[in-house]
Amino acid sequence: MEKILEVENLHVTFSTYGGTVKAVRGVNFYLNKGETLAIVGESGCGKSVTSNAIMRLIPDPPGKISNGRILFKGQDLTRIGEKRMRSIRGVDISMIFQDPMTALNPTLTIGTQLMEGLRDHYKVSAQEAKKKALEMMTLVGIPNPEERLKQYPHQFSGGMRQRIVIAIALICEPELLIADEPTTALDVTIQAQILELFEKIQEATGVSIILITHDLGVVAKIADRIAVMYAGKIIETGTKRDIFYRPEHPYTKGLLHSVPRLDVKGDLIPINGTPPDLFSPPKGCAFTARCPFAMEVCDKVYPKESKLTDTHRVDCWLQDERAEQLMATTALK
Amino acid sequence: MLRYILKRLLIMIVTLWIIITVTFVLMISIPGSPFNSEGSSNATVQANLEKHYNLNEPYHIQYLLYLKSIVTLDLGPSIKQPNQTVNDLLGRGFPISFELGIITVAVAIVSGITLGIIAALRHNGIIDYLAMGLAVLGISIPNFILATLLIQKIAVDWELLPVATWSSPAHMILPILALATGPMAIIARLTRSTMLEVLTQDYIKMARAKGLSPWKITIKHALRNALMPVVTIMGTLLASILTGTFVIEKIFAIPGMGKYFVESINQRDYPVIMGTTVFYSAFLIFMLFLVDIAYGILDPRIKVHKRGGE
Repeated sequence: MEKILEVENLHVTFSTYGGTVKAVRGVNFYLNKGETLAIVGESGCGKSVTSNAIMRLIPDPPGKISNGRILFKGQDLTRIGEKRMRSIRGVDISMIFQDPMTALNPTLTIGTQLMEGLRDHYKVSAQEAKKKALEMMTLVGIPNPEERLKQYPHQFSGGMRQRIVIAIALICEPELLIADEPTTALDVTIQAQILELFEKIQEATGVSIILITHDLGVVAKIADRIAVMYAGKIIETGTKRDIFYRPEHPYTKGLLHSVPRLDVKGDLIPINGTPPDLFSPPKGCAFTARCPFAMEVCDKVYPKESKLTDTHRVDCWLQDERAEQLMATTALK
Repeated sequence: MLRYILKRLLIMIVTLWIIITVTFVLMISIPGSPFNSEGSSNATVQANLEKHYNLNEPYHIQYLLYLKSIVTLDLGPSIKQPNQTVNDLLGRGFPISFELGIITVAVAIVSGITLGIIAALRHNGIIDYLAMGLAVLGISIPNFILATLLIQKIAVDWELLPVATWSSPAHMILPILALATGPMAIIARLTRSTMLEVLTQDYIKMARAKGLSPWKITIKHALRNALMPVVTIMGTLLASILTGTFVIEKIFAIPGMGKYFVESINQRDYPVIMGTTVFYSAFLIFMLFLVDIAYGILDPRIKVHKRGGE
């Protein structure tokens, strides 16, 4: 399969008065054409920073992509100029934001906001732009598009606004869509509708999707592959089956245990403790302090990536052959 | 919208009526009369004069007569300016005052907003500090001090521009500068702070994600939203520019309405006091009305609300 995006060893830092925050610390992942990759993790783990880095939308200063490469169709996005990047944003790579209530400009009509990207990048006529806009609105399921085009965001409900935001993101027919928690601000029935819309759109346009979320239910519904992020690193990746049925990293296991399931009775098990301070992240695995299986080595040296299958990889010392031995001896004691 | 405008017009008329009444009461409570200072006239002459200007009537009759003159738009003769009606004075003074005021407003808005945007975009940079330092100076220095300083330095010491009067564009520069600096500084500071707030909004990030140019993002997406508070304070600023014109006209010997307004009070020229006050008030009320309309145009949410809350 053709890889549309490859992120290699991505580091993003933010300089603040209190010191340098290492928000993303060496992230590696790839995305195949037409596939949906979910990046999951708790708040502050670097999911959104990673997606903003791909769009080069990290406010600089204070933020900075300090190391790594972002290869989009073979082109390193970290090395191109702002002008070239602008011609990629919205055209080749689009982004959908979390809160549809604030993502639309309250003083401009929906039509203006929908068409401006198209008109700016492709210099199409007003009629052509309108035709395309109506087409997009129909695609995302907005009734009376002709009339709705002239209205303002405050005349739309939350779900409808998110549909508009999606239509805006798709109007230039991008190859990659980054959705940063697209359903978090919506209620559950609307969430389901929006997720179905994503599936429908992917089928219709073949767009590749990166889905940033902390909602495992959303992931289970539409992701092909999953990358689990913790404290600025991807600690486990795999197909949906790999992660949901054969999770290996204690953090992934913890995440899955803390989600309610209809088919399993019993209490939810939360992950104790809090994520580490990213001003001075630990040298070893950042999850050590919260990990029920932590060993001495965990805190000191970061584990190598273990390839479990072609698709399933995990960064954990428990994969080391010596760990089993160690566990056995501690169990004996 | 029409309903709203009609409602506003009605309120404007009521406001104006209250202003007329209060001004009338204040005016008759100032001691003295237009003829006291002139020692030459004897009692009979004075009585005849008072009769001529209806000053011998009881106050309530004078009040009603005055209301009638407002409705008929004939503001009566001036007592002190021989052979001139108040309408003549306003007709001559208003265009000049209006020119001064409107250019000042334009200068203040354009330069204030520009300065504010630049400061916001170069947030915490040297340009920002310079612009905001200038703005603090502008707010702190009263326009009459600035006016005299400008005259002293630019007109007298360096002889770059004329000292006073209002006859060519070169004459206009100093008065407008003196009058516009304060409002400009206020607008600049306000634009900067709202602009900084707006620039962190999600829809600005969304506009960037669309790949729009920084110019388009600033002007089309950010500025329009940042202008709301500026429009809100425009009413107050207009009032302060208007009163500022009295002082500036006096300092620069500009033959506008302000001169008559101030002189008429000292001379107890009753018809001119009433005429200028009512005229200034009506003008200000109308400008405030325009500001409210502009608000509705800038922010679609307000317009819809007025239509009856959709």
